[in-house]
Amino acid sequence: MHELSICRSIVDVVDRHAAGRGVEVINLQVGELRQIVPDTLVYCWTLVTADTALASSQLRVDRVTAAIRCKACGHGTALTGPILVCEACDGRDVEIVAGEEFLITSLELVEA
Amino acid sequence: MGRFHRHEDGQEHAHDEAHVDRGDHSGYATGTDRVEILERVFEENDRTAAANRADFDAAGVIAVNLMSSPGAGKTALLAETLRRLRGTVRIGIVEGDIETSLDAERLAGFGAQIALLNTANGFGGECHLDAPMVRAALGRLSLGDIDLLVVENVGNLVCPAEFHVGEHRRAMVYSITEGEEKPLKYPVMFRSVDLVVVNKMDLLPHLDFDLAAFRANLADVNPRVRVIETSARDGSGVDEWCEWLREGVQVAA
Repeated sequence: MHELSICRSIVDVVDRHAAGRGVEVINLQVGELRQIVPDTLVYCWTLVTADTALASSQLRVDRVTAAIRCKACGHGTALTGPILVCEACDGRDVEIVAGEEFLITSLELVEA
Repeated sequence: MGRFHRHEDGQEHAHDEAHVDRGDHSGYATGTDRVEILERVFEENDRTAAANRADFDAAGVIAVNLMSSPGAGKTALLAETLRRLRGTVRIGIVEGDIETSLDAERLAGFGAQIALLNTANGFGGECHLDAPMVRAALGRLSLGDIDLLVVENVGNLVCPAEFHVGEHRRAMVYSITEGEEKPLKYPVMFRSVDLVVVNKMDLLPHLDFDLAAFRANLADVNPRVRVIETSARDGSGVDEWCEWLREGVQVAA
């Protein structure tokens, strides 16, 4: 249930950037290698923002597919599971090039 | 953090700026202003983790974040560790638990400095230690008088993996009673660590545990991880674990 504390972190960032303006949407990027469950995050958002100025705001989550690149053969593999093996050469000397993102990318604010 | 990602049309490319799949936003094309932020959600935690790390480095302390599921044997292993390293390495422990001081009490009497962190105050009890919690505990330790700090995290295979606390290295204790598929079920945790201690090896004759399958699953999610097999109960492998723990630790002459 770390989604709750994560939502509190998001509130802090949103408050700082919104500077008192109404917030309609918070756009997030969440990599698939993160243990963040979007539905849980959205549920926790309603708990954390209840009775606050953000109560009517909406979290919109953009999932980012995980990918690795093989250091031996250079091949890029999009991951469908957590197994870090190059699909081209079965190599295990790989680096994660996508899937660990966890960003607040933008806010949609009520026009001043 | 990688900036590459694949799109559903099969293209893969790099972004210099993080990218939002905008989709159909026509419904609110008017009446709203989009403000780009590009801020990592863990930014604040990671800033505090960096401050913790700077304090460790300034005091010459090596910090290890020790994680596991509940009941894997972290505290038993630590008690055995303190017994062996007592008098050679000055150890501090941050003991994270949702409730009770039971674990801290088990570790008392070995000459280590212990700071207990109960996470139950707050929103229902945190399932992990984060960098600000550890920072609060550091105020109750004398970093100048320790060489090695072990942060015993809350027993949980999910949440602690996401929060850096300023540690130099990460280890987890896994017990063979947990089943060989756990690395596949909790890949973020198993991928996040430098070392997996495979504990309760004394129970191997009594279980249907397939050690080779476990190691293969672990290698699939974390190809570079080191493995040490131990039994905190009979002491086997504990010296090897203590050696790993002491790597890089500068002991005052």
